[in-house]
Parts: sequence; C-alpha cells; structure tokens
Amino acid sequence: MEIKVLGPGCAKCKTTYNVIEKVIKENNLDVKLTKVDDIMEMVSYNIMMTPAVVVDEVVKMKGQVPTESDVKKLLGIG
Amino acid sequence: MIQDFADWLVYGLFGLSAETPLGVAVNFFFYDTIKILILLFFISALMGIINAYFPIERLRNYLVTHKMYGLQYVLASIFGAITPFCSCSSIPLFIGFVKGGIPLGVTFAFLITSPLVNEVAVAMFLGSFGLKVTLIYVISGILLGVIGGFVLGRMHLSSYLSDWVKQIQASSSAQAGEWEKDHTTFIKRLPVIVRDAWKIVSGVLIYILIGIGIGALMHGFVPEGFFEQYMSKDNWLAIPLSVILAVPMYANAAGIVPVIEVFVAKGIPMGTAIAFMMAVVGLSLPEATLLKKVMTWRLIAIFFGTVAFFIILSGYLFNFVL
Repeated sequence: MEIKVLGPGCAKCKTTYNVIEKVIKENNLDVKLTKVDDIMEMVSYNIMMTPAVVVDEVVKMKGQVPTESDVKKLLGIG
Repeated sequence: MIQDFADWLVYGLFGLSAETPLGVAVNFFFYDTIKILILLFFISALMGIINAYFPIERLRNYLVTHKMYGLQYVLASIFGAITPFCSCSSIPLFIGFVKGGIPLGVTFAFLITSPLVNEVAVAMFLGSFGLKVTLIYVISGILLGVIGGFVLGRMHLSSYLSDWVKQIQASSSAQAGEWEKDHTTFIKRLPVIVRDAWKIVSGVLIYILIGIGIGALMHGFVPEGFFEQYMSKDNWLAIPLSVILAVPMYANAAGIVPVIEVFVAKGIPMGTAIAFMMAVVGLSLPEATLLKKVMTWRLIAIFFGTVAFFIILSGYLFNFVL
C-alpha cells in the first residue's frame, strides 16, 4: 500500500502526515508514506483543498486533518 | 450572564476592586475570553455544517457549467466567505479554478474574500463589536471581493501568470470534474463537524488569549480618548497609513480584534479600525510568497494594490456612515 499526503507544508499538512506515520508505526504496517509538496503533482490529483490523503493513487480525504481512527479506517484496520 | 460570572470571579473570588485598573483589566480579560470562545465554537460549527453541504468542488462545477452575467463574482465571493480559509489551500484552489476555465477575475473574487471573512474573524467581531458592525464587516468584505475581482478581471492579467499556470489555462476545459455525491446523513456528520469546530477553537486559543491580554491591559491602563488626538476622523491620512502599516503585519483575526476593540473604545474611528483589520487579515506577505508559485511579482503587486485601494476607500466610507 502507498499513501501520499498532499500539501504545501502548512501546519495542517504536517499534522496529517504525523498522524498517519504514528498509526503505521504503532501497527507495524507495510505502508509507503510520502509527503508531496510539489504543486504540479498536487494539481494532477484534481484537489482544491489541502491537506489531502491519497491511498494507492485514489484521493480519500481532502481539506481536513484526519484523526487516528480515520486513518485506521483508510488502512482497513479500524 | 457572562458578565455576572466575570464580576463574581474577579471582584468576588479574586477580591479585586472594580475601581482599580487591574480589576478592570482582569475582568475584561475573563469576560471577553469566555464570550469569544463560546461564539467561536458555535460559528465554526455552523460554517462546518454549511460546508458539508456546499463543498468547493460544487461551486467550481456550477461556475464552469453556468453563464451568469456578472453574478458569478457574487457567488465566488460568498463562497470565499463561507469556506474555511487556510493560506496553504489558496494555491490548489487557484489552480483548480484556472483548470476549470473560470475567468481570472472570478477567481480573484474568491481569493479576496476567503481570508477576509472567515469564522474566526466573524466570531471575534461579533464578540467585540456586536451584530451591526459584524454585518457591515461581512457584507463589505463580500462586496470588496466582488468589486475587486471585477476590476482585476477587466485588466487582462493572464499574461502575468507563471508560465506553467498559463499552460494549464490554455488547456483548461469547461467540463465539470467528477464530484462524488456524499450521502452521509446529518447525524453521522455532526461528530466530525463538532470535532473540527473544536479544533478551530483550540488552534487559535493562544492568539485569542494573547490578543485579549494585550487588549485588557490597554483597557485598564490607557485613558479614554487617548488615541483620538492622533487618529481622529479629520485626519485623512490615518486610513491609508494604517492600511499600508497593516500589510507586512501578519496576525490572524483572533489576535488582532481584541486589540482593535480597545483602540476603538479609546477613540480611534471605526472605519479606520475596520480598514486596518481588513488589511491585516486580507493582505499578508506570507500569502504573497505562496502566490509567487502561480503569479509573477507584478501580478501580486497589482492584486495587492487593487485590494488595498478598495480597503482604503471602504475605510473612508465607514467613517462617513458610522
């Protein structure tokens, strides 16, 4: 599984990244997590609100910071 | 009710005297903090509910597929007011609009109003100045977006966009992007909305406390009418000067309104204060550096210049009317 956090580096985007990172670590998941701050790449996902969470190239969340239980749901363990 | 509580707490429990500057300052601090936090929570929740039903994608699709003979500026500006503003969202939003082939002027209308009118500013205004001034602020913020966007749209500024944005604009298509309809019921959404509202409150709490703290000190210790001698209504330079001063200042509405409230109480005209407020929250240097990714400096200067000009104009208007 691959997760991308899209956002130009504001506080909300960093929190989103940290929440997902924490869940992955705590559950020992085999997930590749990357931060995308390149606007060109962000635009290609057709999002208008950041932060956005992309799971296996599908936009799953945008414009809000997920909670840990949101992330678990996205990862299919919640 | 809140005033009773603040009186009881400060004059009763703390044993401070209502006659001393310290007592007045502490009382002001507790009263304003409690009132504004309650307001902020409810307004954030209300905006959250509106947003759940009118997401920004919906506006874009509507603007792309309908011809509206000028009304699109009004719609974009109103949407800017109800969308929660995050300066880092402004770029993806801008690109999203450009990609959909929405005219630059309409995009600017959104971009002007979005930081200007937001849940924090509205709650702070309501708590500090009451309903009438808040309505004036909101309506003029929306009008500013409409007029500013329209004027900027007339200037044919497309050539000042960054090169890669120009390419996107050239290949823009008027087809509405897919917008997956979300059928979550209101009851299921409510916990998320309340949670997000709480996040907004806790996110700006520290700024509110600092702002009200400064405001409270000035409230207690600066004499009535103190600023009148420097910034009276007759001083025509006061408005442009305070707007220019405000642009490099980067504060959010949460921190700045309590200070402005005291400025007004001590003799600064309302219009000057509102113009200053608008320039502080609506035009900021960090936003300008973000916009650099999609615009040339020249376009950013034109954008800021136009908005500043209209803020100054509305400042004079408020001083005249209020």
